Amino acid sequence: MAIVDNRLSKEQYEQNFANIRPPFENKTAAVVEANRCLFCYDAPCTKSCPTHIDVPKFIKQITTDNIKGSAHTIFVSNIFGAGCSKVCPVEKLCEGACVYNLLEEEPIQIARLQQYATAKALENNWQLFQRKPSLGTKVAIVGAGPAGLSCAHVLSREGVDVTIFEKEAKGGGLMTYGIAAYKVTPQFCEDEVNYITAIGGIEIKYNQELGKNLSLADLQKNYDAVYLGIGVGIARNLDIPGEDLEGVVDAIGFIYDIRDKGYSSVPVGDKVAVIGMGMTAIDAATQAKRLGAKEVTMVYRRTQEEMPCTEFELNIAKLDGCEIIWLAAPKEVKGETGKVKSLVCSVMKLGEPDASGRRSPVDTGETFSLEVDMVIKAAGQVPFEGLMEELKIQNSKGKMVIDENCSTNIKGVFAGGDAVNGGKEVVDAVEDGKSGAMAILEYLGVA
Amino acid sequence: MANISSSFLGIKSPNPYWLASAPPTDKIYNVKRALDAGWGGVVWKTLGSQIKNVSSRYSAVDYNGTKVMGLNNIELISDRPLHLNLQEIREIVKEYPDRAMIVSLMADNNRESWHELIKQTEDTGAHGIELNFGCPHGMTERGMGATVGQDPEIACTVVEWVMEAATIPVITKLTPNVHSVVPTGRSVVKAGSNGLSLINTIQSVTGVDLDTLVPNPYVAGKSVFGGYCGPAVKPIALKMLTTIAQDDVTNKVPISGIGGISTWKDAVEFLLLGASNVQVCTAVMKHGFRIIDDLCEGLNNWMDEKGFKTLNDFIGKSVPTLTHWEDLDINYHHIAKINQDKCIHCGLCYIACEDAAHQSINLEYGKPYNTYTVKVEECVGCNLCKLLCPVDNCITMEEHRVAPEYLNWTEFQKRGLPLNDH
Repeated sequence: MAIVDNRLSKEQYEQNFANIRPPFENKTAAVVEANRCLFCYDAPCTKSCPTHIDVPKFIKQITTDNIKGSAHTIFVSNIFGAGCSKVCPVEKLCEGACVYNLLEEEPIQIARLQQYATAKALENNWQLFQRKPSLGTKVAIVGAGPAGLSCAHVLSREGVDVTIFEKEAKGGGLMTYGIAAYKVTPQFCEDEVNYITAIGGIEIKYNQELGKNLSLADLQKNYDAVYLGIGVGIARNLDIPGEDLEGVVDAIGFIYDIRDKGYSSVPVGDKVAVIGMGMTAIDAATQAKRLGAKEVTMVYRRTQEEMPCTEFELNIAKLDGCEIIWLAAPKEVKGETGKVKSLVCSVMKLGEPDASGRRSPVDTGETFSLEVDMVIKAAGQVPFEGLMEELKIQNSKGKMVIDENCSTNIKGVFAGGDAVNGGKEVVDAVEDGKSGAMAILEYLGVA
Repeated sequence: MANISSSFLGIKSPNPYWLASAPPTDKIYNVKRALDAGWGGVVWKTLGSQIKNVSSRYSAVDYNGTKVMGLNNIELISDRPLHLNLQEIREIVKEYPDRAMIVSLMADNNRESWHELIKQTEDTGAHGIELNFGCPHGMTERGMGATVGQDPEIACTVVEWVMEAATIPVITKLTPNVHSVVPTGRSVVKAGSNGLSLINTIQSVTGVDLDTLVPNPYVAGKSVFGGYCGPAVKPIALKMLTTIAQDDVTNKVPISGIGGISTWKDAVEFLLLGASNVQVCTAVMKHGFRIIDDLCEGLNNWMDEKGFKTLNDFIGKSVPTLTHWEDLDINYHHIAKINQDKCIHCGLCYIACEDAAHQSINLEYGKPYNTYTVKVEECVGCNLCKLLCPVDNCITMEEHRVAPEYLNWTEFQKRGLPLNDH
């Protein structure tokens, strides 16, 4: 057993990481599907989209051959409409609400139709928004992820000059660094960021990290307002013995490497345990398998009823051949010569509901052991609590607290996205960015 | 099993489905395939003087992803040599004695030409003649086709010439490109036409190409009005058929119904409104001859369900129910009802009623599903919501008579009853 890279051929990697939600091959296919749409009034799909995309309208526009109009309808609500069409858990959002579900019929393939219209816009570089002349007002945004870029786009449209400070070398945030490669490619993420910033009035400064080479005080001094869309960073520790052994990695770092270094350069074990059952856990497990791991076992302390990922995501893991063990909590990672040898888990049972309303797992006292050489931790991410304390930003366990105007306790400093909600979907961050921008425009008196 | 065999002016066919005079009936190859597939008979594509066709010839209207809701054509009568057509007709008549063979004719506009053409046609053994007084393009410029059918006097003259020579049944095909088909219908019946058929195609422009800016169909940078047919024209055809079926002169002769018939249901509707048989073209141009199976089976099953033994048991049965507006019962009232168990909350009923009807549907917001209910006191019973609802039988119209007795508009006025009660 060993953790090694370069397990597969180039062709195998390409096959394993091919787009999981393939686009419509041609116009006819898209139009056939678009024509199934009933064009609901006050549509449940739109109401179930955090950014409130007018879904029936953009689908209707595909049928009338008005693809430009369709893309505009999407982007006016969600400037990440192209990326969201690839990564959104639509089965619990728009497609999950489609009225066809109530007829026991397949819902409209909203995501694929959205992908069809937005891909045309990106391919042809249709610039569908005209920026108003510069007002001379300057806003600093920290974080070039979905929240920050969405905020920037709305501000720029209104003539505000935006500077984004990004700690990584590329924009897109978790879209670029934290999502399975079979959903979005690094190239796509780069194209999407370029498409968004092509409106003008948005400058991104890379390798700028708040609290390190970037100070909030300077931003407050040099800009008329500041928006913090800094996301969440560090993987939650398991706080169990053996966590520091060689072979224990965090999912975010693992996924980051796949996207940053390329498939063949990311080492993976023969037998891998993934801890957690959220979207990130699924992305880590499936990609470990696709990188060539022989066995991947997902370990979750609750049951399928309580899992945070969608059934669609769970099915990807199952189809990839990942084993799932429910009601198992990691207790100890055992090693030999400093390397992971096995994972000991406690057998759990469900007890009373906890604060989240889900029944909480209770230790039965029994244990079992999984022979593994790699453990990937995907038990959630921790917000930047220390940084918040340092900046004296009111927070709840690191999650920034904002008022109804998206403002932190510091005047002129606004926030949104994962840094506030603790880690939700891309589409939630996009909506936060829009709200943040509206609040900033009002604060600046330019709305 | 019901008996779906048909006799039209004594011309027998195993079912009431004839292929209309059109490209599917213009040569022995297609006609054999059609009769082998089970069609009851054919009306051979119109014979007349030698003509020349252009390219292209068809264009269509698509609707919400369905191709060819309506089709138009600028093709003329048969462009094949007359002797070849006649020889093939002779062969078919001999080979398929149980099927109907009608030949559509459009001679040059003089007595001798008609007499000669009829004589040649009858020599083939064909069972009947259909006079093409309806073709709306190409032939009209030469004083033929719709030019004849649009003028009752000219039509009368031509039918008189025809009847001097014809010894087999003559059916006159009427053009719909008139304000009413009845005047020409009456005129040709009085002149001796044994039967009528309708409708021919409707003059149309199906659309304009938004790149070339030239209407369809495209012929070297130009287009012309074409004859419209297919499912889109069925309602117009049914109306025109009914006026012929209700007129005291024209309803004395059998009528062959034509116009957008694609399914057995369409055919039944034509028969109910007075057609003795039907002719089909566009549906075959779209799907081929194989559709005859369901046309027959569906008709048969429906007749069995309704207890009709022969076609004559229901031909014309719905004609008397199409009345004058003044005779409608004003005391009849029905109100929409939404079945909440079936409702899928699409809101289509609501927005239509709200924006385009009588604001009679109540919306109770929900996330993500709204609840829609009918405001009984506001509903005028227009049917719009029921027509739009995508779920079968989710919206039904429930009878709520204003009063038990029949009351028409004339009587209503006489009694001075109040208007604007809604």
